[in-house]
Amino acid sequence: MAIDMRQFHQTFFEESFEGLTVMEAELLRLERTASANGHDTVSADPEILNTIFRSAHSIKGGSSTFGFSDVAAFAHVLESRLDALRDGRSLPDRRVVGLLLLAVDCLRSLIIAAKTGKQSDQGAIEAVRLQFEKLGSESAALPVTGKTSTQPRASATTHWRILFRPNPKMFHTGNDPLRIFRELSGLGKMKTTVDISGLPSWEQLNPEECYLSWNSELVGSVAREAIADVFSWVLDDCRLEIISNTMPVPTLSQRSVAEAVASIDAHTDTLRVSVPKVDALINTVGELVITQTMLSQLTANFTFDNLSKLFAGLEQLERNTRELQESVMRIRMLPLSFAFNRLPRLVHDMSQKLDKKVDLIISGEQTEIDKTVIDRLIDPLLHLVRNSLDHGIEPPAERIAAGKPQTGTIELKAYQKSGNVIIEIRDDGRGLRHDRIFDKAVEQGLIPADAKLSPDEIYELIFLPGFSTAVTVSDISGRGVGMDVVRSNIHSLGGNVEITSQAGQGTCFIVRLPLTLAILDGLSLQVGTHTYILPLVSIVESVRIVPDQVSRPAGGVELYGLRKEYLPLLRLSDLFHVMPRSTDLTQGLLVIVEADGKKAGLYVDDLLGQQQVVIKSLETHYRKVDGISAATILGDGTVAMILDVTGLIRMAHAGATRLTPASHGRIQDTGRHTGNMTPTIN
Amino acid sequence: METARVLQEKALQANEEQFLTFRLDGQEYGIAILKVQEIKGWDKMTPIPNSPPYVKGVLNLRGVIVPVFDLRLRFGLPETVRDAFTVIIVVNIGGRMAGIVVDAVSDVINVSPEQQCAAPEYEGQQNREFIKGLAQVDDKLLILLDIDRMVNPETLEQSEAVASVAAAL
Repeated sequence: MAIDMRQFHQTFFEESFEGLTVMEAELLRLERTASANGHDTVSADPEILNTIFRSAHSIKGGSSTFGFSDVAAFAHVLESRLDALRDGRSLPDRRVVGLLLLAVDCLRSLIIAAKTGKQSDQGAIEAVRLQFEKLGSESAALPVTGKTSTQPRASATTHWRILFRPNPKMFHTGNDPLRIFRELSGLGKMKTTVDISGLPSWEQLNPEECYLSWNSELVGSVAREAIADVFSWVLDDCRLEIISNTMPVPTLSQRSVAEAVASIDAHTDTLRVSVPKVDALINTVGELVITQTMLSQLTANFTFDNLSKLFAGLEQLERNTRELQESVMRIRMLPLSFAFNRLPRLVHDMSQKLDKKVDLIISGEQTEIDKTVIDRLIDPLLHLVRNSLDHGIEPPAERIAAGKPQTGTIELKAYQKSGNVIIEIRDDGRGLRHDRIFDKAVEQGLIPADAKLSPDEIYELIFLPGFSTAVTVSDISGRGVGMDVVRSNIHSLGGNVEITSQAGQGTCFIVRLPLTLAILDGLSLQVGTHTYILPLVSIVESVRIVPDQVSRPAGGVELYGLRKEYLPLLRLSDLFHVMPRSTDLTQGLLVIVEADGKKAGLYVDDLLGQQQVVIKSLETHYRKVDGISAATILGDGTVAMILDVTGLIRMAHAGATRLTPASHGRIQDTGRHTGNMTPTIN
Repeated sequence: METARVLQEKALQANEEQFLTFRLDGQEYGIAILKVQEIKGWDKMTPIPNSPPYVKGVLNLRGVIVPVFDLRLRFGLPETVRDAFTVIIVVNIGGRMAGIVVDAVSDVINVSPEQQCAAPEYEGQQNREFIKGLAQVDDKLLILLDIDRMVNPETLEQSEAVASVAAAL
């Protein structure tokens, strides 16, 4: 009975991607040892090489089991190369390590192609493969067995050199070299010499074993595969080298490989959970069952004497439920290293391209964060690091002139702080230059030339869409995929970005993210008969309104003066067109909220209390609503809206600018609108 | 059991489609029964801020947040008092759920292609896009609705745009 292998594919792909990550990390370590020693060649640590080799080997094994022959073939090339390094037949110098890194990229794009069923970039892969062979023919001949190419190639007349050294046991499998050579000679003009150096003395000769090996030269328009095919029956019992003497030296397009890699869909659909986390979950469920049994026994024949026991039981139930919730949430938590792992490679490639020297220091990569956040964090993080490298870190000469060490540092630090995960990306580069950002913003028409801006406001400018200070557009930055995208990505995760910078000293981006996307700490508040949830992170404080502090300048806006600061006063009832309990400001409360560095006062009727709510998307069955980020279900089963502070502030802005006499009709219309809505909640 | 079998036998007749019929302002309408997930009584709803009047709000349907549309308001019919017959029909269109408020559900009927005909062209009726066709069943006229279009978020925004233009005039 045939087993459907496809059920294992997903696991194979995931393991392969993990293997590739390991290989990449180890190769970078190999290279770092090289630069640390100051030599170009590395005294290879056998353990590093073994780890890389093991990963390549499992990928090869897995891919041939599942029938991804081109992955297997390429992994084999890689593995052979690694084997040579491991045996000490060749030395891992920088060039080899660089090539191996490219090979990892190729392997990745091949696996992606196998996974998605799309075509991989054959040109780039072939180029890397050829480079490997060239390397092999230069140093102690690189053994190449198996089908080595991924695609049949129509080649021009090529001069092939074929080394065929069969295993002594070859005859046992019924293979005959004579037949192989007869077939081979049909492919082109062939000249074969036999190597009899392996022959033992007559007494020791076993007539059933093969001691000979052959060197052939074949000239013809033959593809490598065609030659390899001839040997396909004996591949496992021989050493076969097929070398082209008229090898064109390809210039490898690094870009295309990098692009292939960039297009990887980083989002994985499954989650690997460590066993202790699952054990903890099972324990909690066990306790929950015990508590439930106890409670049902208690209530089956309940007397009032047992009342205190019942309360104790309920308390235990509450604790169990909370623990259960926490352990379930913990299952979704992954260490940030899943996102950070990609960065060393990026820094390595980019610093070479830009001719800069950079050390990447990563700390706190064990900090855990929700899987969804990690998946969507990778792109903004890559962009920020790329930014630091391109704009922040100066070229070595400039650094020395500024009295700094030649090698720049980019520090990536992650830690948890009061329910948030903070990621700092700090470089010791030239820092943000206020004058240049300002001039550029004026030039691009983003601000008027006579604007007076504080440093913080100037930093804000770089988050504007279309802003770039890059003098020339390189393929690294200045392409317009800018900081605005980074910020909006991070906002969509419920986080924010801050910048601190000191000219000449460096820049630091601080990314603040919520631990999870599924649960939110909120404050429930009331407007009229409606209950809304305000995320706790966006609340600064809440105050009773002092009527004298409210001012109403022209334009229909209300401002509230709080400790010498004037904040726009937003009435939630006006924004949502619902009936407030009272329009008298002294009857309600003002909640000071902050989002994107903008503060505002939100006028509400009452605050009800703090609670944790489970976030339910409105967009699944409806669509995005202005000022609302999601919905949740309250303890009594009713639905409450979760407020989106950024959206509310934006709505207030739009409302204020539109508030002209002409829009009077609109307000009347929405009044009617409110009338329709209110009866439904009776 | 008996009714179920009779219904099934009726459905087996070639090319017939089954429709759930309901009443709205005295008129009978029908929606394809395969789109209907369940029928539930009136429940407390949370209004969605700044939504068009016909969006009654969202409902907690066993942990799923489902929007509810009032079909009377959607079709520009006068609003009426809720009574014991007012129900919410929960439809499921390719995983997307929505509730529609109707006056009362009536029946499940089979409609053969011969009984169906296209809706006639008439001037100035903007709801025409939601009408799939008409059917003559037992001397009664049944309006068959294209429910996919009615709960589609794109048409929602369209009709909102129309509404806001209308309001501005």
